[in-house]
Amino acid sequence: MYQVGNLVKELSDKHGRMRESLMPILQEIVQKHNYLTDEAMVEVARELDISAAEVYGTASFYTFLDTQVKGKYVIRVCKTITCSMKGKSDIIQTLEDMLKIKIGETTTDKQFSLIETNCIGWCHKAPAILINEMPYTELTPEKVSTIIKDYMQK
Amino acid sequence: MENKGLNKVDLIFEKIEPKEVLIKAFKMSSAEIIQNMLDSGLKGRGGAGFPTGLKWKYTAAEKSSEKYIVCNADEGEPGTFKDREILERVSDKVHGGMAIAGKAIGAKMGIVYLRGEYRYMLPKLMIELDSFHKMIKEIGYDFNIEYRMGSGAYICGEESALFESIEGKRGEPRNKPPYPTVSGVFDKPTSINNVETLVTAMMIIQHGAKNFTQYGTKDSRGSKVFSVSGDTPTPGIFELELGMTVQQFVNVFGDGDTKAVQVGGASGFCVPRKKFAETIIGFEGVPTGGSMKLFNSSRSMYNLLHNYLDFFTEESCGQCTPCRVGCQQLLKGVEKVKKGEAKSTYLNELMKLADSMKIAAKCGLGQSVGNAFKSIVGNFREEIIY
Ligand SMILES: Cc1cc2nc3c(=O)[nH]c(=O)nc-3n(C[C@H](O)[C@H](O)[C@H](O)COP(=O)(O)O)c2cc1C
Ligand code: SF4
Repeated sequence: MYQVGNLVKELSDKHGRMRESLMPILQEIVQKHNYLTDEAMVEVARELDISAAEVYGTASFYTFLDTQVKGKYVIRVCKTITCSMKGKSDIIQTLEDMLKIKIGETTTDKQFSLIETNCIGWCHKAPAILINEMPYTELTPEKVSTIIKDYMQK
Repeated sequence: MENKGLNKVDLIFEKIEPKEVLIKAFKMSSAEIIQNMLDSGLKGRGGAGFPTGLKWKYTAAEKSSEKYIVCNADEGEPGTFKDREILERVSDKVHGGMAIAGKAIGAKMGIVYLRGEYRYMLPKLMIELDSFHKMIKEIGYDFNIEYRMGSGAYICGEESALFESIEGKRGEPRNKPPYPTVSGVFDKPTSINNVETLVTAMMIIQHGAKNFTQYGTKDSRGSKVFSVSGDTPTPGIFELELGMTVQQFVNVFGDGDTKAVQVGGASGFCVPRKKFAETIIGFEGVPTGGSMKLFNSSRSMYNLLHNYLDFFTEESCGQCTPCRVGCQQLLKGVEKVKKGEAKSTYLNELMKLADSMKIAAKCGLGQSVGNAFKSIVGNFREEIIY
């Protein structure tokens, strides 16, 4: 759980207080804090003068606007056909072993979340994952374990 | 049928002086630009293939002080990655194409809707957009572009869902009519075009409509950027002339053992080996937004079908029953047949369901689930059953 503090006000000053400002505001909260708390959504509703249900309804539609606790680094493994054909399962196995969590879970120290996602546009360099915004492609178990070790040291 | 064979083309990534092309375009009247598009025969590169000239003509005809040109960079179709490559390599041409479209339809505002999965590109794109705005100013023209980000929803590539998303709402497709040309984003007349369409439009202004029509066939003019993946020794992005057969494509990109090619992604069609020679890639045969996935004989077509149905079940916006329930039932249905819990004739029922979805679903997502379903089940029935 994080405190939104002045963030929502700052973001509303930056993106505006119109209905169309909603997505950019929610997106930036997620960029900073990894997911949306109820408090954050209520605060956004107040700032934009719309109902909290509208904010929740919008947020819950979009897979990247998480309303459940997520770690600092969200790992999204592409599960669409080419990545599946080119070794996605080995990548997931490696990640699960390293992080000691299953798909859909977050590590207890809230550093990593591991989820599957639909096509991320790197089929020619499958298998591919996103860690927050960054794509990593042409992965092997060795490659992915080096990448995760780097993140663990951050 | 016209068959042009497989020819590489260099139009989309060709080095040009964007400023000169824009100066040329801004000297033209709106009607002249639109006529160029009509003469070129350019059809939208986002999948649906609506003639770009007509779209611009209809939007231009609307009387409104506020109009928009929206660039669809949502690129969520499985197997498509060409728009990302285009934006990475020639964003100046995307922005330029938007300005030209803006001139044609009478819009001073452009919005690029970029999928959330591509957010990592944003810092570089912002720098390039800055230079673009400076250049436009130097020319003495008034046109402004903004970027809006998606947040991981395939349906937001559908034009009206995309508008809803820009407006800060759930990405649920609207009823049509009214069409975007009349009432699009913020309920203003809008032309929405795919990334590649806009770049192609700019190249048509550069080289002339006539030059463009030498490529492709009567129904599918020009060239197109293909995203090639799957069982191929050479995956990647290739710009090819339209009008080749799947066989010609496989001869170049296959691994010698190609069993099927999925043309157009999850919402496209599966072409089996026995139909390679007779199937043209283009609007007269199998249309495609550019996704070409090759499968060799080691691959299970049941896995392919299951993967796609799983995709649609997750990505259906849930707004209309034929699609929401239909996707779930197709998925459960093939699982049951595979496990032997339902007879193989149950597939016939599922085929009918796919037909009903084509008629009854509200938007292109639900309407095209049947494309992959019917072509995979129709051609690889044994693999689905056993
Ligand atoms: C479910 C669905 C997803 C779509 N996704 C995209 C997309 O990612 N990119 C795109 O350009 N068009 C997409 N389209 C097509 C758009 O609705 C629209 O036709 C297109 O952006 C128009 O541009 P064009 O005429 O230049 O092709 C999608 C359509 C549907 C039904
Ligand atoms: S067809 Fe599917 S995606 Fe389209 S409106 Fe209906 S439920 Fe939503």
